[in-house]
Amino acid sequence: MTKLMKRIIPSIALVLGLLVGSLPAHAEGPELLSSGAGVRDQASLQRGARLFFDYCVGCHSLKYMRYSRIAEDLDLSEQDVMQNLDFTGARFDDPVISHMPAESAKTWFGKDPPDLSLEVSARGDDWVYSYLNSFYLDPGSQVGWNNTVLPNAAMPFPLSELQGLQTAVMKPGSTTEVEKLVLTHPGTMTPAQYQQATRDLTSFLEYVSEPAALQRHHYGIWVLLFLVLFCLLAYMLKKEYWKDVH
Amino acid sequence: MANVFTRMGDWVNERAPNMMPAYRKHMTEYYAPKNFNLWYYFGSLAIVVLINQIVTGIFLTMNYNPSAAGAFDSVQYIMRDVEWGWLIRYMHSTGASLFFVVVFLHMFRGIMYGSYKKPRELVWLLGMLIFLVLMAEAFMGYVLPWGNMSFWGAKVIISLFGTIPVIGKTLVEWIMGDFLPADATLNRFFALHVIALPLVLLLLVVLHIAALHEVGSNNPDGVEIKKGPKGNRWDATKPTDGIPFHPYYTVKDLVGVGFFLLIAAFIIFFAPTFGGWFLEPDNSIMANNLVTPAEIKPVWYFTPFYAIVRMIPSFLGSAVWGVLAMFGSIAVLFLFPWLDRGKVKSIRYRGLGYKVGLAIFVLAFIGLGAVGAGITAKVIPEWFGNVDLTTWENAFGRLMTIIYFGFFVFLWAYTHFGWEKTKPVPDRVTMHD
Repeated sequence: MTKLMKRIIPSIALVLGLLVGSLPAHAEGPELLSSGAGVRDQASLQRGARLFFDYCVGCHSLKYMRYSRIAEDLDLSEQDVMQNLDFTGARFDDPVISHMPAESAKTWFGKDPPDLSLEVSARGDDWVYSYLNSFYLDPGSQVGWNNTVLPNAAMPFPLSELQGLQTAVMKPGSTTEVEKLVLTHPGTMTPAQYQQATRDLTSFLEYVSEPAALQRHHYGIWVLLFLVLFCLLAYMLKKEYWKDVH
Repeated sequence: MANVFTRMGDWVNERAPNMMPAYRKHMTEYYAPKNFNLWYYFGSLAIVVLINQIVTGIFLTMNYNPSAAGAFDSVQYIMRDVEWGWLIRYMHSTGASLFFVVVFLHMFRGIMYGSYKKPRELVWLLGMLIFLVLMAEAFMGYVLPWGNMSFWGAKVIISLFGTIPVIGKTLVEWIMGDFLPADATLNRFFALHVIALPLVLLLLVVLHIAALHEVGSNNPDGVEIKKGPKGNRWDATKPTDGIPFHPYYTVKDLVGVGFFLLIAAFIIFFAPTFGGWFLEPDNSIMANNLVTPAEIKPVWYFTPFYAIVRMIPSFLGSAVWGVLAMFGSIAVLFLFPWLDRGKVKSIRYRGLGYKVGLAIFVLAFIGLGAVGAGITAKVIPEWFGNVDLTTWENAFGRLMTIIYFGFFVFLWAYTHFGWEKTKPVPDRVTMHD
C-alpha cells in the first residue's frame, strides 16, 4: 500500500498541475494588470462597498445582491447599510437596483449600464481592475472618455475626481494605438491610493459575483480536515481487514 | 434488541427468500481477484459520483426554473438565497466534470488490461452505452443554466445534425422545437436531463454490474482466476485467488472514496470554477442570441470529439463527414473487443507495439482535446511566432485525428497478423504491494 500511495500522490499532483498550468488566460485583448483583489480582507470589501455605493450605483445595479446580505457578510449593521449605502430608499431586504431610468440611460449613453452582479465572474477581477485604471481623456469620443481595456466604452469616468485625468500617448505614427497613459492632472488620491481604492472596488465586485465564496472558505478547511481524518481511518480499517490477504 | 433484528430479518427472508442469496452473490460471495491496483478504484468512484449527481440534482430541481426567462435567475437564486444552494450546485457541477475524469480513467483501465476481451465483451458494450448516455446527459445538463456559452454550445452542437443531407434542417428544428435554442429546447432538455436519461443510465449501470458479476472481474494480470486453482478460506469451490468483495473491496474502496472526496472537496470549496474549466466565465452572462462569445467551445470532456468535427474538411459539398467522424470516433470504441485479437489481455504481458501504440493513442486523444479547447490556437502563435494559425492547427489536429483512428487499424493488423510478441502470462495473479 505504501507503494500505492507513492504512486497516487505524484499522479494526482501531476494531473492537477497540468490542468492548472494549462489554464487558458482570459480571451485576447490588451495586457491586463494584476488586480490583487480578493474576498478575504473584510476591511477592503467594506471600503469597496462604500466606493460602489458612492460612485457606481447611480447607474449600475446589483440585481442579485440584497442590502441585507451585504450587511450580514461584511459585518455591517442594518443602520450602517441603510444610512451609508442605501441611497435609493430601497428596503433592507431589497436587491440593489439603480434608480436610473432606462430611457434616460439609452439617451445619455446609447445603452443600458450593465448590471454588475456577475461582472467579475464573467470578465475576471484583473479585467475589472484594469478597466478602472485605464480611462483617458478623449475629446473625440461621445462621452469625452475612452478606455484602453474596452475601447469606445460608453461609460464616462466617474472616478476621475479620485484618480485625476489621464491622457494617452499614442504609438509613433499612429492616431489610435495607445502606447501608454500619463496622469496629467492629479486627483484627490495619489496613484498608490487610487490603485488600492480600485482594488477594494474590484474585491467588492468579486464578492458580489459570488457571496458564497465567504462560506466556501469558511467551511472548506473543516471539510478537508474531516476528510483527511476519514481517509486515515478508512486506510487503517483497510489495513486491518487485508492483513490476511497475501 | 438483536433478537428483534433477527426476527425482522427472518420475516423478510420468509417473504422474499431470494434477497439474501442476491446480496451474497453480489457482495459477500462475489469473489474478486485479490490483486486489484489503483486503476480499480474508478468503477466504485463512478457509482459514488452517480449517486452524488442524482441526490444533488434532486435538490437543484426543487429550486431551478426550466424556462428561458427564469433559468438563469433561478441559478443565481440557488447560489445566493437557497440554504446551502451554492454547495449543492458546486457538488453537481464539479461532480459532472469529475464523472468524466473517473469514467475516462475507468475506460482506460479496461483498455489497458484487456477487460473488454472474451468473456467480458458484453460488460464493455454496456459500459460504452453508459458512456454514450452520459455524454447526452452532460450535454443537456450543461444547457440548463442558460448562460451564454450554454446557449451557443447548444446551438453549435445541435446544428451538427443540420449537416445530414436532406433531413438535416428539419431534424435540427425538431430537436430544438424552435429555430434557435429557446424555451421549448430548455424544457425538453430539462425533462430528458432530470428523468429520462437518468433512468436509462441507472438501468444500464445495473446491467453493466450484473453482466460483470456473471463473468467475474478481470485484473491487472489479465489472468482468469476462475480457471486457476479452486478453494479459498471461505469456499472450497471458489477461486483461490479470489476474495469476497465485501468486506475486502468495500473497505478498500472506502479508502479510494476518501481520497476522491478530498480532491473533490478541495475543488468544490476552493476552486469551483476550476479556472474556467468546470464553470466557464461566459456562462456568467445570460444566454443572448445577439452576443456571440469570443470563442465557442464545449466543456473540456467533449473537446477531443469536438476537435474531430472541426478538423475534417467538408467535401462533395457537404460538411457531414466531420460529424460522421465524430460519431465514428465513439462508435469505434464499441468495437474494441473485436478489433483487438490479441490473446493476452494485460498490458503487462503484451508486445512493445501495443504499449507504444496505446501511449500514442492517449497522447493523440489529449492532443485533440487541446485543439478542441482552443489551447493550440493560443500556444501555436506563442511558440512559433507569426505563422498561419489555421494551417498549423489543421495540420496538427488532422494528424491527431489520423493517429486516433489509425490506432484501431494498427491494433487490428498487429493482432490479426500475429505481429505481436507477447510475454508469458503467469498462471496465477501476482501481488505487488
